Amino acid sequence: MTKKTIKVDYLARVEGEGGLYIKMKDDAVVDVKLKIFEPPRFFEGLLRGRDFQEAPDITARICGICPVAYQMSAVHAMENALGVKVEGPLRDLRRLLYCGEWIESHTLHIYMLHAPDFLGYPDAIKMAKDHKEIVERGLKLKKAGNQIVSLLGGREIHPINVRVGGFYKVFSKKDFEPLIETLKWARDAALETVRWTAQLPFPEFEQDYEFVALHHPEEYPFNEGRIVSSEGLDIDCSDYEQHFQEEHVEHSNALHSVLKKRGAYFVGPMARYSLNFDQLSPMVREAALEAGLGRECRNPFKSIVIRSIEVLYACDEALRILESYEKPERPFVSVEPREATGFSCTEAPRGILYHHYRLDGQGKILDAKIVPPTSQNQKTIENDLWKFVPQHIHLAQEELTWQCEQAIRNYDPCISCATHFLKLDIERT
Amino acid sequence: MSEPDYTSLVIGVGNLYRSDDAVGILIARKINNMALDRVSVKEQSGEGTSLMDAWKGYGRVLIVDAVSSGAAVGSIHRLDASKEPIPSKFFSCSTHNFGVAEAIELARTLSQLPGHLQLYGIEGKNFQPGEVLSSEVEQAMELVVGEILQTISSLS
Repeated sequence: MTKKTIKVDYLARVEGEGGLYIKMKDDAVVDVKLKIFEPPRFFEGLLRGRDFQEAPDITARICGICPVAYQMSAVHAMENALGVKVEGPLRDLRRLLYCGEWIESHTLHIYMLHAPDFLGYPDAIKMAKDHKEIVERGLKLKKAGNQIVSLLGGREIHPINVRVGGFYKVFSKKDFEPLIETLKWARDAALETVRWTAQLPFPEFEQDYEFVALHHPEEYPFNEGRIVSSEGLDIDCSDYEQHFQEEHVEHSNALHSVLKKRGAYFVGPMARYSLNFDQLSPMVREAALEAGLGRECRNPFKSIVIRSIEVLYACDEALRILESYEKPERPFVSVEPREATGFSCTEAPRGILYHHYRLDGQGKILDAKIVPPTSQNQKTIENDLWKFVPQHIHLAQEELTWQCEQAIRNYDPCISCATHFLKLDIERT
Repeated sequence: MSEPDYTSLVIGVGNLYRSDDAVGILIARKINNMALDRVSVKEQSGEGTSLMDAWKGYGRVLIVDAVSSGAAVGSIHRLDASKEPIPSKFFSCSTHNFGVAEAIELARTLSQLPGHLQLYGIEGKNFQPGEVLSSEVEQAMELVVGEILQTISSLS
């Protein structure tokens, strides 16, 4: 009997601190643990007692890569609680801000973190030696996303212009003019990115996931929609906790999220794409088909192509919004506090991000619950490894370890987000 | 947009709410408050690609950040990035592991490095949430401000 272990103490090219442990006996996998040891940060606890208007800026601090997602889920949950609907140009501006974040976040992952895996480089710096122009294109494309967030959000990281009801300040059509030229270039660069990623070498690894994403009949989802799944789930965000539950596992400081009675599920670009193909704009659908993708994709290694498709969509959608934009009369809709409960889900770059708040009559937060995408994908990442390792057991240890890391990076995991909270169960005897 | 007419850029990197990690930002603010002629000051979180944008167009750049390399707290590391590669043990507390050291090395590969790039790393002790510097870091801060002023004047 031979025993073998794969151990990666610190995963590289992911956000936050995590490790991987795989144990094998006679070429069979007997244990897989995605270990998340990033310390918990107790955000939900520190929201208690704060004013409802503070939630978007406090929760934005959970992540430096997807602060817009936290702001959007927070404002929608508060508006849901307080009976406010934000429509017209203000709603469009929220979609625009989200476009900026998707472009930034996805492009960083595609070019700097994931592509080196496929091309056999340990990092983007080594890759840039042989692929200078490609890396330069990636950096410039990411910057286009930064520009949207900087202008509309007030600064690149942890934007400060978002409030419950809308924005603190809105801009004229003229203010946005420089962005339009940038985004026209970015849309072309995004199309080149789709073509470039589509010809990378992918292992055969089609999986039978339950995809979960938002779905809106008329648009590719950012801020609004019902939560749907490939197995027929179709619920309002307010019913999330009736269908999903979080579990504490010993080896992770991030709670594992499962569908009740069904288990692991998959959130993120591949789920969004597979459940919303028809909502993509025509040129993006055409680019996807030309890249060899079907109407759905079940190979997580191809998530790099799906992210490229979403960058293309975000550039196209941002241009559509800017070209028809008219400055709203007021930057925000008035919001009055009341005793209420609110729920929301929006599509962060890595998948659905759920917020739930309970407010008192003065608008103070009594309770908060936040479920980020990475904690929802943890179990699915482990399941992938249970299946991937036996298929590649013949590889040398170093190569197999690399490919396991790559399989984790397929999810662009954000460990800092996932550990915003740890449920402490203290057992006393 | 044309680049500013300044010849030196000081970039403070860090997080104001992570104790000793604030030192880079605090130094940048001190320099900024002096309103020196031909000196521009920027604050950065340490995200690599934004950093590469921040120094674009400047020939003389000074970056200051907190580091955790195992040296004595308050030690000042001085690295001439235009001449030598940056050991990755420095400046590794960054988003998606693409931070200051990686940005500099990527820029070197892409020939986007400023002609003169001086790094000051101040060894920190406490990177937990908080707004107070360790006393050793506070002392080092004053020394580094003096050194940066000297370097700027020698460059101009």
